[in-house]
Amino acid sequence: MDDIDRSIINNLQGNFPICENPYAQVAEKLNITEIELIQHIEKLLEQGILTRFGPMYHAERLGGGLTLAAMQVPVADFEKVTEQVNVFSEVAHNYAREHELNMWFVLATERPKQIDSIITAIETKTGLHVYNMPKQAEYYIGFQPKV
Amino acid sequence: MIDNIDRNIIKATQTGLPLTPRPYHAIAQQLNLTADEVMGRLRKMLDYGIIRRIGAVPNHYALGYRYNGMTVWNVPDEHIDKLGKIVGKLEFVSHCYHRPRHLPEWPYNLFAMVHGKTQSQINQQIQQIMELLGEYNHGHETLYSTRILKKTGLRI
Repeated sequence: MDDIDRSIINNLQGNFPICENPYAQVAEKLNITEIELIQHIEKLLEQGILTRFGPMYHAERLGGGLTLAAMQVPVADFEKVTEQVNVFSEVAHNYAREHELNMWFVLATERPKQIDSIITAIETKTGLHVYNMPKQAEYYIGFQPKV
Repeated sequence: MIDNIDRNIIKATQTGLPLTPRPYHAIAQQLNLTADEVMGRLRKMLDYGIIRRIGAVPNHYALGYRYNGMTVWNVPDEHIDKLGKIVGKLEFVSHCYHRPRHLPEWPYNLFAMVHGKTQSQINQQIQQIMELLGEYNHGHETLYSTRILKKTGLRI
């Protein structure tokens, strides 16, 4: 990573302008050319240092349902249950965690009321109880690491 | 609420903006809209919080933040909003939520995801949250992920 890369990561995790020539506008502030800025973003994306460059959407405000759910899966059945859970397209993320509740997944549905029926379907399929932990309040989101 | 045109703009931009000098014009052309309409709708979605922010989304892992923990805390419900805001302000906390308890097996109602470059950093962060919560901390645990079983991202 060079100085321009660091400058992009440290200064451009938000506030990218909505205007005709946004890259040119940002480049001027960073004291580089528009081409340099675009090429560096391209390189950071290729290297996987950036996962994306663009708008970060707020899932619930798009009108869909979203929740975090956990299960206590018997270790011997872990692979089988992983397959049974992951087959649902509504399962967006799924993590194994060190705890009695050892499987944690995020459910995202088109409509909020579909969450309950997906949870019931997962319980029926796996024979295990699903602990539904929808957020009741959000205090902060937006870790912006500096380099 | 969003309509179908917004939905098309979201679909066209959720994986990233075009890396061309006039990215919003490029999206407009692709969707058969005017650039003013695309920019106007994006501004509105930003104002309404449908877009959290626009810019670079770094891969934490690639930046050296290879350790993370889901810290969960049992705090009194009547103080959780005040405490959640304090914990959420810590620079190493990426998400901070109030979630329901499932008694008796799950007494925790405050979730804070912490990130660090070393395990000892994570340990210090947990210590720091513990000190901030003080007498309101009625028990806590940190759940470490051992494996990603699925990661598709949220897509409409």
